[in-house]
Amino acid sequence: MPKSAPAAGDAKDDTANAAMMMPGAEVLLKALEDEGVEVVFGYPGGAVLPIYDALFKNNKIKHILVRHEQAAVHAAEGYARSTGKTGVVLVTSGPGATNAVTGLTDALMDSVPVVCLTGQVPTHLIGNDAFQEADTTGITRPCTKHNYLVKDGERLQSTVIEAFHVAGSGRPGPVLIDLPKDILMKDASYRQDAIRAVATARYQPVTRPDPAAISQAVDMMIRAERPVIYGGGGLINSGPRASELLTELVEMTGWPTTLTLMGLGALSASNRHFLGMLGMHGTYEANLTMHGCDLMLNLGARFDDRVTGLLSGFSPNSQKIHCDIDPSSVNKNVAVDLAVIGDATMILEALLAELKKRKFTPHRTSLDKWWAQIESWRKRDCLRFSQTGDIIKPQHAIKRLCEMTAGSDVYVTTEVGQHQMWAAQYFDFHLPNRWMTSGGLGTMGYGLPAALGVQVAHPGATVIDIAGEASFMMNMQELSTLAQYNLPVKMFIINNEWMGMVRQWQELIHGGRYSESYSASLPDFRKLADTFGMTGVVAQDAGDLDAVITEMLETPGPVIADIRVAKEENCFPMIPSGAAHNDMLLGPEDQAEKPVSEEGMVLV
Amino acid sequence: MTDNSVIERHIISVLVDNEPGVLARVIGLFSGRGYNIESLTVSETDAERALSRISIVTSGTPMVIEQIKAQLARLVPIHAVRDLTEHDVAIERELALVKIINKGEERIEALRIADTFRARTLDSTLDSFVFEVTGNSLKVDAFVNLMRSLGSVEVARTGVSAISRGNCIDLEAK
Ligand SMILES: Cc1ncc(C[n+]2csc(CCOP(=O)(O)OP(=O)(O)O)c2C)c(N)n1
Ligand SMILES: [Mg+2]
Repeated sequence: MPKSAPAAGDAKDDTANAAMMMPGAEVLLKALEDEGVEVVFGYPGGAVLPIYDALFKNNKIKHILVRHEQAAVHAAEGYARSTGKTGVVLVTSGPGATNAVTGLTDALMDSVPVVCLTGQVPTHLIGNDAFQEADTTGITRPCTKHNYLVKDGERLQSTVIEAFHVAGSGRPGPVLIDLPKDILMKDASYRQDAIRAVATARYQPVTRPDPAAISQAVDMMIRAERPVIYGGGGLINSGPRASELLTELVEMTGWPTTLTLMGLGALSASNRHFLGMLGMHGTYEANLTMHGCDLMLNLGARFDDRVTGLLSGFSPNSQKIHCDIDPSSVNKNVAVDLAVIGDATMILEALLAELKKRKFTPHRTSLDKWWAQIESWRKRDCLRFSQTGDIIKPQHAIKRLCEMTAGSDVYVTTEVGQHQMWAAQYFDFHLPNRWMTSGGLGTMGYGLPAALGVQVAHPGATVIDIAGEASFMMNMQELSTLAQYNLPVKMFIINNEWMGMVRQWQELIHGGRYSESYSASLPDFRKLADTFGMTGVVAQDAGDLDAVITEMLETPGPVIADIRVAKEENCFPMIPSGAAHNDMLLGPEDQAEKPVSEEGMVLV
Repeated sequence: MTDNSVIERHIISVLVDNEPGVLARVIGLFSGRGYNIESLTVSETDAERALSRISIVTSGTPMVIEQIKAQLARLVPIHAVRDLTEHDVAIERELALVKIINKGEERIEALRIADTFRARTLDSTLDSFVFEVTGNSLKVDAFVNLMRSLGSVEVARTGVSAISRGNCIDLEAK
């Protein structure tokens, strides 16, 4: 390409496509419209007033006014993850930008496509410690996939084009554009369409897999006797077609399949080959299948430490194929035998074509033997619990929620903690893009604003935030946003009056010294709902639960359901930090017998 | 598989868009992920296309070196990444300016050593010299160490710049 960095000026010679001059803020909105942007989640302030002024006159882009900039980013994430589109955020300079940092980091860790527009002080004041100045590109460089400071209005349009391209292609992620106020006010040129190719040229990640790698993968698959498919968030990011192809692959091979927290929904939970989630709170059968396999086919997962546990003990006797769109994910934590770089959909298409070409049939006898082994692990019924008495077990609450919403179009978000893991374990997902949780960063306060974003994208759907009472309070100012737009999000608070996950670790690892983990001075959630003009319901005991769930689901508008659950329930199975997959705690009986190692204690 | 306990020294060359923040991105990657930087040099090498070349000397296990290259390659303003250590093709050079303050016998000895290292004398006073020495890092280290034993020494080094031997281009712009 002729120029190192794209500039709108590159199209200067194209007379058929002469530039229109308009204020930078209007160029920005036109460029957003060209990207198909329908909704922006934002919060105004001095530096972005020109954009808000342009929005006032614009009738194509809808603005959702959140109550905190962190929530704007999580809402955009929820929007993005439930639609596959890029979520858009608009915040002001200084505190607006710094408030967005947690959301951006969350989106980076979970590979969510987000474009965040931040205001900035005018170019001549940058570096002067001006009012509401922050070094936004400096602060966000490590928590974005890429970021820009636009210092020349002629680069505004091409920057927006490149930003959306970068956010949404390859491994998706958050991209930030810092916009000095003078750039937004001064006239700049806007061109219809001629600059797209130039503006996207320098970022072109590989999406089509190397046929030689596919052929090698199939060689390995043909030899496998104890295979497992290990799928992750890459399957979801690749689009719904990847999930269909995965299902086809699973049916064709008959191979056992497990999914990461981020991958749930890529294969229906009711598929008989599905072993459940793997990892720290994954199922016994999923983790032991991973441990004992002789071939691991990783599709769009990244060998995260929550998944691998003790690295030296991770699936010690297997050959590993790692399919990923991001070459830097390969051989980062776990050395693999074969890397296939590309988009999950294209990789699956190529794998299926090659398997068919070679008339693949699974090793019947060894696969049957392998399944018999897996079934014996399954028989342990590791997610078993018994709901007896009046006190609601949190697992039971989530299971009933799942059963009572089965068959309808449900989207679930979560906060972070025990309730999140129970939701992953006991709520069944059958389709991709229905499950939004903060995996990589583990951000308490994610679920409510994410649900808000999901509901904006799917106005008619049932959207539920499965929350913990402590996490809920981290972004509960968004109740006001729900009220303003009458977004009928159902907030299902698993209220155990503890930062349960912290309490669990203190119990298991710190001798039961419950330092600062009690959720004291909780609000009355029913009255809280009331003050925002929405409905609040409470389930005190097991007998109330179904009626409360029904009321929550059937009451129009947003509803807070305060589900008072057993306070000291722990989340099992659990692979304690620093332990291997075959060293799980299945329940309270195990926890006394297997103290956590000293190396394990330093791990998070 | 390669042995992952040995620490190897690698010279990695990177072609980047010469735009604001690009160096911060590269350095931030190294500090954020805990990689070593032994030296790093950067300068524009193609003004017309606004391209800069960065030479990085780093060390790590083979797995870490692979990670460094993969992490660099996925930065948006980066055109190409080349490990010049890989096929032992690197020509590396570093330039150091060495000031030595001394007198008498030691002054004469310093001058003699400078001569054997083909260092140039850029400045002299009655009790000081400034030498310019170029070579690979080992040669520069050796020179500096010898000078240190002969007087008070101040050093400015450029860090390693490198290019491959032979008739192929290391780094092509996208
Ligand atoms: C922003 C943030 N701060 C702290 C933590 C650490 N942390 C993880 S889980 C948890 C407790 C969550 O409590 P609650 O929301 O009530 O969920 P529970 O575990 O009780 O289901 C805490 C404090 C975190 N994940 N995120
Ligand atoms: Mg709690």
